[in-house]
Amino acid sequence: MSEKKEIDIMESVYDKNDKAASQINLSFTRNGIFAVNVMGAPGAGKTSVLIQVIRRLKNVASYVIEGDIEADFDTKLLKSMGVKAVQINTGGACHLDSPLIGKAAEELSLKNGVLFIENIGNLVCPAEFQIGEHVKMLISTVTEGSDKPYKYPLAFEKADIIILNKCDLLPYLVFNEDFFMKGVRALNKTAPVIKVSCKTEDGFEEVVEWIRNKQKLQKE
Amino acid sequence: MIIPMHEYPVTKRIIEIAEEYAVKNGASQVNQINLVVGDYCGYVASSIELYFEIIAEGSLCEHAKLNIERITPKLKCSACGELFVRKPFSFECPYCKGEGVPTKTGQEFYIKSIEV
Repeated sequence: MSEKKEIDIMESVYDKNDKAASQINLSFTRNGIFAVNVMGAPGAGKTSVLIQVIRRLKNVASYVIEGDIEADFDTKLLKSMGVKAVQINTGGACHLDSPLIGKAAEELSLKNGVLFIENIGNLVCPAEFQIGEHVKMLISTVTEGSDKPYKYPLAFEKADIIILNKCDLLPYLVFNEDFFMKGVRALNKTAPVIKVSCKTEDGFEEVVEWIRNKQKLQKE
Repeated sequence: MIIPMHEYPVTKRIIEIAEEYAVKNGASQVNQINLVVGDYCGYVASSIELYFEIIAEGSLCEHAKLNIERITPKLKCSACGELFVRKPFSFECPYCKGEGVPTKTGQEFYIKSIEV
């Protein structure tokens, strides 16, 4: 038997995914697509937020890749509104990764517009995987509680924009906004935090303006 | 075999990387894998260990020993610059009460080396 030998590797386990993500990102950019990775806990209202945003993104083609462990309710709903949407069912996996996005993107024949990739409802793993996006949008809610930045720091650290949804419920809840914001700002100095409600439809103009500005910057 | 769990795809990827390097070096067996896992990387070291054996079956890593070096996450104080381990529900620096910001320490997730 041959001698024992130590081989230095120093390769990130994410490396393969990250390389694929860079390729996908490049292809999106070439096709005039601005890609938004939408992250949030189950029930945060990711699809509801997307519906509000897409309605207001006038004169812009919107595409959605829906990630769910099972079922396709959200995709059906989006399609019924005339949005070009495609479903990914991971069958158990808790986040989307780059190879899955590559395949789904082909189905949509993307050209000039905004692609929203709704990640699996989960506040942990989606933050760890790049999937070719230009920006990460985190949807947090007042019903989840103001301690979430302290408990799930990575999602808040990586977000480019943080949407605080269900704000119409603030009068009925104990939500310490200062504590929430203190946690967010310790982790993330730049992401805007925008308060919205899908029920009252408040706050979305600001979200749409932010997306339009970022999309413009990416084109330049 | 399908194991629908969080650590499955990355454990599989760890085995793939180790195999790639073993083959490149003309080895027919991996004896040890030295993995570095930050506690903030989102992967639980013990779960990777638990499933490693099952997933490695039939691969060059079948009899490999998986050594996991865990890294405790550290914040850097934006006032005094000290690195520190955060307390739950706080980002406060224990030295000067300043505010700590995230660092890369604790987000590591890589294969350092293998022994073949």
